[in-house]
Amino acid sequence: MDDGGEIQRLIALMAKLPGLGPRSARRAVLALVRRREALLAPLAEAMATVAERARLCARCGNLDTTEICAICRDPERDDGLICVVEEVGDLWAMERAGAFRGRYHVLGGVLSALDGVGPDDLRIPALAERAATAREVILALNATVDGVTTAHYVADSLAALGVPVTSLAQGVPVGGELDYLDDGTIGAALRARRAL
Amino acid sequence: MSEPLPPNGRATLFVSRLAVSQFRSHAQTRLALDGRPVALHGPNGSGKTNLLEAVSLLSPGRGLRRAKAEELARSGVGAGWRVRAEVATPRGARAVALTGEPEGRRRVEIDDKAETQTALGEVAPMLWLTPAMDRLWIEGPEGRRRWLDRAALSFFPGHAEASLAYERAMRERNRLLRDGPNDPRWLDALEARMAEHGLAVARARDAAAARLRGAFENAKTLFPLAEIAIVGGMGSGLEKGARAAPGDGAQASGAMDDFRAALARSRREDAAAGRALTGPHRADLSAVFAPKGVDARLCSTGEQKALLISLTLANARALAADATAGAAPILLLDEVAAHLDPDRRAALYDEIDALGAQAWMTAAEPGLFDALGGRAQRFAMSDGPDGSVLEPCDA
Repeated sequence: MDDGGEIQRLIALMAKLPGLGPRSARRAVLALVRRREALLAPLAEAMATVAERARLCARCGNLDTTEICAICRDPERDDGLICVVEEVGDLWAMERAGAFRGRYHVLGGVLSALDGVGPDDLRIPALAERAATAREVILALNATVDGVTTAHYVADSLAALGVPVTSLAQGVPVGGELDYLDDGTIGAALRARRAL
Repeated sequence: MSEPLPPNGRATLFVSRLAVSQFRSHAQTRLALDGRPVALHGPNGSGKTNLLEAVSLLSPGRGLRRAKAEELARSGVGAGWRVRAEVATPRGARAVALTGEPEGRRRVEIDDKAETQTALGEVAPMLWLTPAMDRLWIEGPEGRRRWLDRAALSFFPGHAEASLAYERAMRERNRLLRDGPNDPRWLDALEARMAEHGLAVARARDAAAARLRGAFENAKTLFPLAEIAIVGGMGSGLEKGARAAPGDGAQASGAMDDFRAALARSRREDAAAGRALTGPHRADLSAVFAPKGVDARLCSTGEQKALLISLTLANARALAADATAGAAPILLLDEVAAHLDPDRRAALYDEIDALGAQAWMTAAEPGLFDALGGRAQRFAMSDGPDGSVLEPCDA
């Protein structure tokens, strides 16, 4: 406390957050201390609560503070649709879009032999159990080599269940101009064309 | 297809400004350019090739020396170097900035937006010739494959992405075959990726080779004609898939299935070898020195060099006539002039002039550029106490 050591420690911790560096961490800490009552105290409380209670949903792998997450508990959602994503951040992205009203399943990563991530490290068996009673499984994995490989693997694993497995479309983004698209994307869009 | 060529001597695709800082021998070097070829002369070690290397980093990959990140910084710490360029293109000016960051990362910004390495392929096609490539025809196939891939990339910017994706899937499969688990489903999924991206790689290479062949027809050139072919390594069926017409989905998907089946069959052999024994990563480029009907490997050193120049010029002609590219590529010709007799040298300059390409050329002796006259921007380089020094000396 003698030389501002505690505050320096807070700055050093903040600087480890993604998107923040030492300079922005100093600015953030200064802003917090200036608004101690309005910002710092509630933030500290919220962080303490999350630190104590954050956990992965036992059903879908989402992040929440309860054993079964709010999305899985929501009675308004469609149990017959399961959207499979890589990480919790992807689930949040899907939720931001507000276009999906089914349930989720977070794999917790993608297959990668080079990174030592195999099928047993992902929540694939749990998905197979849930998918048995679903009408459709939507694979919303990233369009990277590892993402597509994982989608292929998951689809193959679910094939015996007979449940339809679909994946998100790839192609022209909403509001996008063809002239600015790379040829791979244009090729994918062409292959995924549909009747109007 | 044939767009009118730009007026002689002025490129429509060129680096108009270049600022290089803390990069190899360059502390701070700036150039303003008008689209004419750029002729750099100066003694060995004055930083000519380093400047060409800086330009080469404006296209995807590790540049014309294939340098490791830690070699690029002037201080040798790997970080802190910066190359900024303004590139005039037929579709407007683009601003490209590259920054060497700690841990060997390279930050790419295009028009002030962070971008991936492969996005650089969309900015400007670029071809180069370096003294290290003199042995291209007699060494192993990697160098020739790399040359072919650069040609393919110049026509199809998406080639970089497909090559990376193919490599990634292949490395994943190699690791899985080596370390297990022996999971056929996982291997299936990876082999499907290899087939998908491998076919794209093979098709781009094949289409690039076809365009190079086309550029030799009716070509007015003093450089020897080359007959090129892609041989081996394509995997069963990939070959016909590579040549399928663009709309021929059935043939392409048949080729993909054949390649997948071939990979599935060769798992045991591949595991024993520690790598995939079939696929476009095993392809090679063969060339015949047409005037004598002799394989490039058996040609004299001078003939081999002339063949490479000839292929590079053919690639440039094909791009200049291509409606999509719409411009001759940027050429980086390191120490090329010195190896040509005066007639061939003059012919090279005339062809570059006719192409309207911004060719960056280096030579130890200024006299080697005399035949260029006022058709090039000329700079003298020297090694000063604070790094490379560059002075314009326009004729």
